[in-house]
Amino acid sequence: MAEETPLDQEVFDATLAAELAKGSDRRVAEGRAKSAAVRAYRKANNIVEEAPKAPTAAAGDAAPAAGAPAAAAVGAAPAAGGAVALAPAPGVPALAPPPTGKPPTPKPGAADKHRLLALVAPEGIQAVERDQGDRVNTFPHLFIEEFVAMFVMLAFLTIYSSFVNAPLRELANPNLTPNPSKAPWYFLGLQELLRYFHPMVAGISIPTFILVGLGALPFIDRNPSNKPGDRRLAITLFTILFMFGATLTIIGSFFRGPGYNWVWPWSQGIFFDL
Amino acid sequence: MKLKPPKPGAMFDRVRESEFWKSVFRPGSVFRKGYKDTSRDRSLAAMNNLMYHLHPVKVKRHGLKLTYTFCLGGLSFFLFILLTLTGIFLMFFYRPTAEVASAQAYSDMQLILTSVFFGDLVRNIHRWGAHLMVFTVTLHMARVFYTGAYKPPREFNWIVGVVLLFLTLGLSFTGYLLPWDQLSIWAVTVGTSLGGYSPQIAKEANFLLLGGVVVGPGTLLRWYVLHVIALPFVTVIFLAVHFWRIRKDGGISGPL
Repeated sequence: MAEETPLDQEVFDATLAAELAKGSDRRVAEGRAKSAAVRAYRKANNIVEEAPKAPTAAAGDAAPAAGAPAAAAVGAAPAAGGAVALAPAPGVPALAPPPTGKPPTPKPGAADKHRLLALVAPEGIQAVERDQGDRVNTFPHLFIEEFVAMFVMLAFLTIYSSFVNAPLRELANPNLTPNPSKAPWYFLGLQELLRYFHPMVAGISIPTFILVGLGALPFIDRNPSNKPGDRRLAITLFTILFMFGATLTIIGSFFRGPGYNWVWPWSQGIFFDL
Repeated sequence: MKLKPPKPGAMFDRVRESEFWKSVFRPGSVFRKGYKDTSRDRSLAAMNNLMYHLHPVKVKRHGLKLTYTFCLGGLSFFLFILLTLTGIFLMFFYRPTAEVASAQAYSDMQLILTSVFFGDLVRNIHRWGAHLMVFTVTLHMARVFYTGAYKPPREFNWIVGVVLLFLTLGLSFTGYLLPWDQLSIWAVTVGTSLGGYSPQIAKEANFLLLGGVVVGPGTLLRWYVLHVIALPFVTVIFLAVHFWRIRKDGGISGPL
């Protein structure tokens, strides 16, 4: 649909002005103006090239949405001094029977199938070509990447697991507390916080804050840009919090020993199990 | 009449032309005869494939760059599958009972490590893979943050992702108890006591979770059920929504 359709510039300008005065969106107004102007041009020049198509297109064209711009053009054209007289039904008269409001009955003996009809407002037709961007076939380009990543991961895990055994200590004994007792590593940041804050804060308030804060992030950060240069504050804050959590986790993992007291891992050993 | 054995290539061609083969491999499959490396067959290969449930026919070129995603989401999903497979294997040899006289769970763990064929390897993969998955999911979240991929229209998928992060932590934590050794019960005791201080609702939640006031045999059964069926079930549902929404929200985010 890239080729330029000849149109009546006067009708176009008048309809556009009328539509904008009505408060229509600019894109919608331009679409309606163009639609009215093309019809006016065809009417004036007796172009009926689309006539054979009309019966099939009529279902869509006869919709009220399509009628409205034409009607607007009728009102606008005389005001602009245009001598074009427009009938409310543009182009070829609609051949489709008027709607009855009843579901249609299939012809006897006809194949059993259903049809889907869509009503498209004329302004919707104007720009349907969306820019697809720079795309490549999923197969093989993305597919091969995922396969390589998968096999690298599988190979790494298999080799690592062949040489490093996961820990299994002695049978659980509820009466013998190991020293130190640590939570799994992903909770050690919280356990470390418990050294500094009241359990209500470290165990309830901060985890709740993390959970709710993470979930609400897209609604807090309303900056629409994804360019790192436009997001300095968000990136700085997130990085600080993330590093804060990572630091606490590392301290809890490697720098805490018997009695959960501070140890230097290189001199006093590591008190940490995965 | 001379009967000559067909050449291997010709035989493979006949297999590939059989009704059965063609019923399995749809047009566009690379395993089907006549696959050509054209744009059309490449599209069909994606479209007529189970992969089409995850990926569109075409993806944005910048998304292929390793430094954009680091494959973290995909690797997390792969680890989830790997953990499911190794977990099913381990379930054949494990009973979640821990009565005082005979802690079946612990002796089953010892049997897995000593008597089950490849038992120690599978158990190691399961354990290390689980820690790695917590790691990759966390890093995936950081990647999504840094690329701004949680911004409209992807806000809801970010929330689904946050839920998945906490489900991953839950899966890892519930699995941590199952070996029933000194490490596991005390890590779980410490871990649950972190959030069990106050208010009353947290204490009640802890009681419900532990099936008592301390970690005991009742806890083991509860956490086993959570670990092998309840949490994976919920996770799969959230994963399905997560993947579906990626495509509905316009594929991979960016480019930056």
